[in-house]
Amino acid sequence: MKKSLEQLGQYFLLMKIVFTRPDKGRIFRKQFFIDTEKLVLNSIPIIAVISVFIGAVIVIQTAYNIESPLIPKMYVGYMARESLVLEFCSTMVALILAGKVGSNISSEIGSMRISEQIDAMEMMGINSANYLILPKIASATIFNPLLMLMSFILGLLGGAMIISLTGVITLSQYSEGLQYAFRMYYIFYSMIKMAVFSFIITSISSYYGYYADGGSLGVGRSSTKAIVASSVAILLANLVITQLMLN
Amino acid sequence: MIQVKNLEKHFGDNHVLKNISIKYRPGECSLIIGASGSGKTVLLKSLVGLHEPDSGEIWYDKVKFSSLSFNEKKNIRKEIGMLFQGSALFDFATVEENVRFPMDFFTEWSESEKLERVNFCLNRVNLKNVNKLMPNELSGGMQKRVGIARAIALNPKYLFCDEPNSGLDPQTSILIDQLISEITKEYNITTVINTHDMNSVMEIGDRVGFIHKGELLWEGDKENVLTSDCEELNSFVFASRMAKKVKEMMG
Ligand SMILES: Nc1ncnc2c1ncn2[C@@H]1O[C@H](COP(=O)(O)OP(=O)(O)O)[C@@H](O)[C@H]1O
Ligand SMILES: [Mg+2]
Repeated sequence: MKKSLEQLGQYFLLMKIVFTRPDKGRIFRKQFFIDTEKLVLNSIPIIAVISVFIGAVIVIQTAYNIESPLIPKMYVGYMARESLVLEFCSTMVALILAGKVGSNISSEIGSMRISEQIDAMEMMGINSANYLILPKIASATIFNPLLMLMSFILGLLGGAMIISLTGVITLSQYSEGLQYAFRMYYIFYSMIKMAVFSFIITSISSYYGYYADGGSLGVGRSSTKAIVASSVAILLANLVITQLMLN
Repeated sequence: MIQVKNLEKHFGDNHVLKNISIKYRPGECSLIIGASGSGKTVLLKSLVGLHEPDSGEIWYDKVKFSSLSFNEKKNIRKEIGMLFQGSALFDFATVEENVRFPMDFFTEWSESEKLERVNFCLNRVNLKNVNKLMPNELSGGMQKRVGIARAIALNPKYLFCDEPNSGLDPQTSILIDQLISEITKEYNITTVINTHDMNSVMEIGDRVGFIHKGELLWEGDKENVLTSDCEELNSFVFASRMAKKVKEMMG
């Protein structure tokens, strides 16, 4: 307990150093583009595949579970849309990113720590935390909400695909359901969640990497801790944001 | 000149540096020798501010480095080059980008000026046609050379080397030692080198300090290293059977 509080303090102190003005704007922009590619663009394939499949599964599960003839078939589309936008495309996608991006960041920064590359920067007078971490937090927090949108659209398309393959309902019933009681606010809510989750993932895994010690084993350990801690933080933040925004 | 006064450092209960006072002069290679774990790296990193000492003073010429803030230290740090034990080259960058790194941050030079300086530094450490290689494509000795090139990129007044020979074969070790020594004389740099290699001591040690369990037990020049009456130093210097034999032959 005492150790967790100390770590929390250390995390906030690190964030204070991260959020300072970069030494050189040009260098920051360069890193920002590199990290956008590494953290955001490179996540597109896995998120795309998972979204299509989950969209399809949600549609057939809902369709097979609606047995009562009193419930209109278009509810399948409605349910698929709501589960995708409310939880899957933000929270589940963020948990997947916590594994993929989180371990990537913490092992990258961690191996720079144990091979003294961070010392080399600090020794030159460079704010290494700012140089290494700020572009990662910034690019993921800014662009990942677009990943959420992409995941949403692909999930709906996955649903449409399985409908045309199996014919559990008709496409026009599906599309009627998708438009039923549509609230733009939910998309906004989900994008906000994704931005917060991305901040959590990038900052927490950077923290664990930055303070890695104990050789390559230590880097592995810090990477595991980063994933666990970001996942827990995502679930907590999900509760808080939902209470605040949907209440 | 660098002056260290009564430096103390603990890690928890581990008393790593005990009341260290020493001076380092320009144009000289000052060696810190001692067994593994004796505190050499911690001393070196404390000198450049990578470890915060518990007490004591560190002076770079007229500036009291130990009481400056991170931002105030920047000005001194631009005049410091450091070669790390494992070279610590940035593995995300090419050789050229590694050497250019401090220039990108701390100069307003044009691209061509930077390239010229990069090539000058690489040339100085006898490296050619490696600009576009990644660090993991280089041998250990070449990595050390790039490390030195990066350390001298901004024409430092002070140079720190942590075990420049570790992991190198004896011949390459001597070449790296000589390179550091030449550069030190050529640019009148204040150079501090950690080592546990007695060959280096004999090759380039202008001044030698022996550190044992965090204490500076002996100081002198390389000739006297072999004839001191410091017991701990003797058992360090004459650790190997060959060294003992040489000592017997010397009488
Ligand atoms: N970052 C650190 N945290 C805690 N203890 C450390 C740290 N760095 C070094 N030490 C301890 O300080 C002592 C001296 O280490 P070091 O200076 O690395 O020795 P060496 O002479 O081999 O370079 C060792 O006991 C080591 O365990
Ligand atoms: Mg050492």
